[in-house]
Amino acid sequence: MLRFSFRTIVLLLVILGCSTFYAFTSQTKNKNTFLSSLHDNAGLKLPSGFSAVKIIDSSARIRHLVVTTQGIIYVKLARPKDGKGILILHEDSHGKATITGGFGNYGGTGIFLKNGYLYASSNEEIFRYKLNEKYEVINPDDPEKIVTGLKAGRQHETKSIVLDNDGNIYVNIGSPLNSCQEEDRKPGSMGIKGCPLLDSAGGIWQFRADKLNQTYKDGIRYATGLRNVVGLDWNQQNNSLFVMQHGRDQLHDLFPEMFTEKESSLLPAECMYMIQKGDNAGFPFIYYDQIQHKKILAPEYGGNGKTEGSKQYIDPVVAFPGHMAPNGLLFYTGNMFPVKYKNGAFVAFHGSWNRAPENQAGYFVAFVPFKNGKPSGDWEIFADGFAGVDVVKSPRQAQHRPCGLAQGADGSLYVTDDAKGTIYKIIYHP
Amino acid sequence: MNKIVLVFSFFIFMDASAFAQSTKKIVTAPKTKAASTLDLPASLKRGKTLYASYCLTCHQADGGGVPNLNPPLIQTSYVTGGKEPLIKIILNGFTSHVDIDAESYSNNMPPFEWLKDQQIADILTYIRNNFGNKESALMKTEVQKVRSSLKK
Repeated sequence: MLRFSFRTIVLLLVILGCSTFYAFTSQTKNKNTFLSSLHDNAGLKLPSGFSAVKIIDSSARIRHLVVTTQGIIYVKLARPKDGKGILILHEDSHGKATITGGFGNYGGTGIFLKNGYLYASSNEEIFRYKLNEKYEVINPDDPEKIVTGLKAGRQHETKSIVLDNDGNIYVNIGSPLNSCQEEDRKPGSMGIKGCPLLDSAGGIWQFRADKLNQTYKDGIRYATGLRNVVGLDWNQQNNSLFVMQHGRDQLHDLFPEMFTEKESSLLPAECMYMIQKGDNAGFPFIYYDQIQHKKILAPEYGGNGKTEGSKQYIDPVVAFPGHMAPNGLLFYTGNMFPVKYKNGAFVAFHGSWNRAPENQAGYFVAFVPFKNGKPSGDWEIFADGFAGVDVVKSPRQAQHRPCGLAQGADGSLYVTDDAKGTIYKIIYHP
Repeated sequence: MNKIVLVFSFFIFMDASAFAQSTKKIVTAPKTKAASTLDLPASLKRGKTLYASYCLTCHQADGGGVPNLNPPLIQTSYVTGGKEPLIKIILNGFTSHVDIDAESYSNNMPPFEWLKDQQIADILTYIRNNFGNKESALMKTEVQKVRSSLKK
């Protein structure tokens, strides 16, 4: 009985101690964030002429965000903090943000601003909140429910959202399975014929942005064959949807006779797709191999790492190395950055886990130059150093993990981190 | 405050079950036969190899798992707690929508029922004696017992 009481008492003390210490340090930390950040670009490596500051270290799991012209920032939290799933931040003129409130008792990833409304998603529903002229939410406790009843598996459950210019909202519904095996993630288990889950997941659905209580029957399966999309954006230059797919995991673990650990750490590609209505990107039947530059038949569907898959599926517009987990996509339309960046794509890579035992990769923001809605050059690393360590063997070692992207009214770039709840602001001042 | 009480009572619960278990162990597992068939260093060595083949990608080389996706094995209640629930996770996989030590994890774990009883015992012995864990070893017969109970 001695062990019983001693351990529980110690645990209680630790819990109480941590919360008190946290309350104290987080206050002190916020005050010093701006000054210390300036000296070292908040720990980031950036191209010449760029600087970064941490506008907040919130310790909340910040996923996507929107930045208004009025200095208000709305962030979506993976899980509610103190019952609030959306936090309201005010940024002052010194690049420091303070949490001034919150609402929405649901966790999730998606948040988007359009035509006087703030749209936000849980893992099953999409809501919208009317804004006043100062971009303040008028009725935080009484949103309009736009879409309900979306499927959310245990995996790939988040619902990222974006709006076009014609009153439509697009939502990712991720595949609840890694690759549609009869037994998910079981070595050697083959693919379910036809992968019927694609009727309600593994794609992008389109709904009306102003119609209430829509369900699957009111929407359109806009694109299919997409395993899971977290980063997506609307390209204003060619008026098209672009998405970043999270490629399938574990080629070596599931089919060790076909793929080495090294091959499995690099394959398949993390693909950027330009999406037209009705497109099929081929998941789970094919994956894109960025080394062979081919669509390869998935091993679950008879492939061997070499046999090409059907040509009916669309090709990616950019194929990044595998498993880096693209969680944010933003087409830059601002005027602050040099002309090279105008209309190009920033991609926030959350960082891999699926490369073990090889070193992990990602944990940076990449840039792809675009011209007339098409990539016009190779991708490059734009902002690096979020992990805070030279080598990440395991994701837990990364101090910060990039997730959401947003553009400020002045053209600055905001990057969220859902590990420590930091928001970075990247500016250009040559 | 509710949260603290919850966490607090959770640990009391865990402690109580660990206590109950250790009592039970003394009563029901006489050292004679069990000890004679267990070669701990050999089991740990086999467990390490098996862990690298079947567990490492998701649970990582340091047993730390992947935040939000794959649970850690470091001082996790499932790992340090009762053996039977742990054996069942290996045999059945884990796809439940439940929090583990107040965190949620979304990746599905497949069943590894196709591994032999000895292999499962080796993996679990390795996990329970690495990554900062110091728990009793698992015998092949313990896996066998849970496996046959599931078939009924």
